[in-house]
Amino acid sequence: MIQTLRKLWRNPGGLHLDYHKEISNTKPVVHVPLADELIIPLQQHTGYKPTLTVAVGDYVYKGQEIASHTGFMKVPVHASTSGTITAIEERPIAHPSGLSDLCVVLKPDGKDDWGNTRLSPYPDYTQVDGETLRLRICAAGIVGMGGAVFPSAIKLNVHDNIPIETLVINGAECEPYITCDDMLMREQPEEILRGVQIMMHIINTQHALIGIEDNKPEAIATMQAAVASLGERRIEIAAIPTLYPSGSEKQLIKILTGKEVPSGGRPAQVGIVCHNPATARAIYRAVVLGEPLIDRYLTVTGKGVAEPCNLEVPLGTPVQHLIEQAGGYTAAAKRLAMGGPMMGISLQSDQIPAVKATNCILVSDVAETEQQTALPCIRCGRCAESCPASLLPQQLYWYARSRDFDKAEQYHLFDCIECGCCAYVCPSHIKLVDYYRFAKAEIRSQREAKAKADLARERHEFHLERIERAKREKAEKLAKHKEQAKTNTDDGKKAAIQAALERAKAKKADAAAAQTANGETSA
Amino acid sequence: MMFNKRTSPYVTGKQDVSVIMRQVLYALVPGTLVLIWYFGWGMISNLLLAIVFAELLEWGMLTLRQRPVRPFLSDYSAVVTAWLLAVAMPAFAPWWLIALAMVFAVVIAKHLYGGLGYNPFNPAMIGYAAMLVSYPVQMTIWPAPLDFSFAHIGLGQAVQQVFAGGSQSWDALTAATPLDAVKVNLGLHKTLNEIYANGQFGLLAGQAWQWVSVAWLLGGLWLLWQRIISWHIPVALLGSLTLMAGIFWMINPQVYSSPLFHLFSGAAMLGAFFIATDPVSASTTPLGKLYYAGGIGAFTYIIRTWGGYPDAVAFSVIMLNMAVPLIDYYTQPRVYGTKRQQG
Repeated sequence: MIQTLRKLWRNPGGLHLDYHKEISNTKPVVHVPLADELIIPLQQHTGYKPTLTVAVGDYVYKGQEIASHTGFMKVPVHASTSGTITAIEERPIAHPSGLSDLCVVLKPDGKDDWGNTRLSPYPDYTQVDGETLRLRICAAGIVGMGGAVFPSAIKLNVHDNIPIETLVINGAECEPYITCDDMLMREQPEEILRGVQIMMHIINTQHALIGIEDNKPEAIATMQAAVASLGERRIEIAAIPTLYPSGSEKQLIKILTGKEVPSGGRPAQVGIVCHNPATARAIYRAVVLGEPLIDRYLTVTGKGVAEPCNLEVPLGTPVQHLIEQAGGYTAAAKRLAMGGPMMGISLQSDQIPAVKATNCILVSDVAETEQQTALPCIRCGRCAESCPASLLPQQLYWYARSRDFDKAEQYHLFDCIECGCCAYVCPSHIKLVDYYRFAKAEIRSQREAKAKADLARERHEFHLERIERAKREKAEKLAKHKEQAKTNTDDGKKAAIQAALERAKAKKADAAAAQTANGETSA
Repeated sequence: MMFNKRTSPYVTGKQDVSVIMRQVLYALVPGTLVLIWYFGWGMISNLLLAIVFAELLEWGMLTLRQRPVRPFLSDYSAVVTAWLLAVAMPAFAPWWLIALAMVFAVVIAKHLYGGLGYNPFNPAMIGYAAMLVSYPVQMTIWPAPLDFSFAHIGLGQAVQQVFAGGSQSWDALTAATPLDAVKVNLGLHKTLNEIYANGQFGLLAGQAWQWVSVAWLLGGLWLLWQRIISWHIPVALLGSLTLMAGIFWMINPQVYSSPLFHLFSGAAMLGAFFIATDPVSASTTPLGKLYYAGGIGAFTYIIRTWGGYPDAVAFSVIMLNMAVPLIDYYTQPRVYGTKRQQG
């Protein structure tokens, strides 16, 4: 049925998982009504926090910037609807450690009023240069919507010395349960393709490859039809075998092109740029319609919700509101996660807002999340067989556990993409990925501490040297003075003493003379 | 609504240590049945004694080491060790020999090194080798295989042999194993043709033993089919044994046994599918497994042909166990996005 004429490459490892996609991808996507309160975190991307530009009590229009970018690795944030800012405070956000972060709390007025905040559209983007379009993409707050939320404008900033051969669009969506990209490709194929064309214009490439796992036949067919109707020969749809984690950027690039992104490097180094379909669509809307990124498709699913579905959600909508749209919790609801079952992060409360990174809200029942006690590693090697990066998870586990971080790095700890395959297959139920996360965090903090210590030591050494120099200079000055005094004052001194003696003698003589005179008069 | 926090992945596969160990036990059944067919009570007493001693020792060690007893006792790893030892020991082995073997296997080779997952050596092979060097006489007295030997050696005689030190008439019932027979007779300057002519040998190798080997092979293939073991170790082990045997057999078939004889005598099949594949003590990288098992096959041939003992698999496995850390270090797979490492 699905055919790809393209040659595909085989990536090592990978798993055939139970998918459960059908429970959420049979109904059209529903636009979510506004919640009573939107919680918009300032930082929704990897990089630095943008600068707040509104205050409590301000009225904002839909699409208005509420935090602006002022430099590299910063991305602005926009109001998802019109209304009043009721608070700017720390609120719990979706973070693995359950941390809070600064959020703008917006009370919608229900008008959904754009005012005149829309950015000026570029209906014919081909007449606009790449740099201007990149600035627009950044100004519209666009980040990678597959979950990694890396600023898209930076990813599209390619250097002329390595020409970009292929733009890869990651429509694999390999996590079980998640279907929002699937639905987006079925419902908005044209907007995605127009976004792809804009990106091709920016990075100056003549070839785009859209990789979609073959468990999404409808999305493949729709996208293929849309490519045909656009008469676009530069864009190719490639059905790839369903095998987790084919949707990991590096793995997908290998499968589609046979190229490997160098360890620690970026796809652009091998002439490839990779983006998500939702990002492509957001770019189209930002460039051609002048709309910033203020909503997204996401999946609400799992045995813990009554009616799993896909929703179009204004960013900042609390998870609880989304659960209500999906028919509420079922009695089986036991665990809440943002993202898929393999890589998602678990949430403590449903008061956390949906953000640019949120592709899925997964409410699981007990069976999906049962905790088993970990047995010792029996070195069976199943983890290594399943690893898509050809790592040796059993060795990494051993070294992470014994805090032998140098050894762990030698075994390529930082090439681990945390896909969870090893932990999934482990017959001893060891939470392997946790050990790698721990080791990575420890190594990073050790590096930071070392950098800080180095800086402090440098400063201290500089300080010591300054004191030393001051001392040296003082001593030199003193010596110079002494020297000077010695060489040119030997005679002067005697003369001065002589002069002083003479002055004293004269004084005495004067006084004696006066006394004599007085005596004479008084006598 | 508040939820518990946990880290991903939230789903896990169905594989489980106890499931894997149970599959290994199932795969051991055909070979064990053939052994029971030929040795009757002898094999049953070996098995029962070994399992009882192993579980008792496992329980004792877990208690002493203050480890959770239930999850570890129910992982079946001690049963697998016991079973492997039981089928490797001579039928009707005296109870104390089995008990001592289990002490070496479970207490010394396993728990003194840290328990399941931490033992550098294959526990069953340590137990076997320790008994072989300490009690060579008892360890090499195999009863002559007799079809359906419940009928030939009764329960009373079996109990006496196992618990009371044996009877006078026992010697008449014993016979050398095929490997031993070949070795001894070659030492007496007989040719292989003369040795094979004495009726103790069958189509592939020794009578009885060849069918035991075939049954191990079937169980092993089933393990491969179930993906409990990977192909690397059995293929490399049997491959290197065949290669070594083939070369020398072609040079002088009157002195060197055929590859077929080597594959279907002794513990070649048991070793290739059940012993060398013990994940804990074997190499874990795909390339490393080939070197590891290839080494076992080569050493097996060398020890069988020129060594002092006919029982070569146990010593070869232990020798290669020692080399595993080195093998693993030099056979790391190429990681995505990196150049192949210079060994």
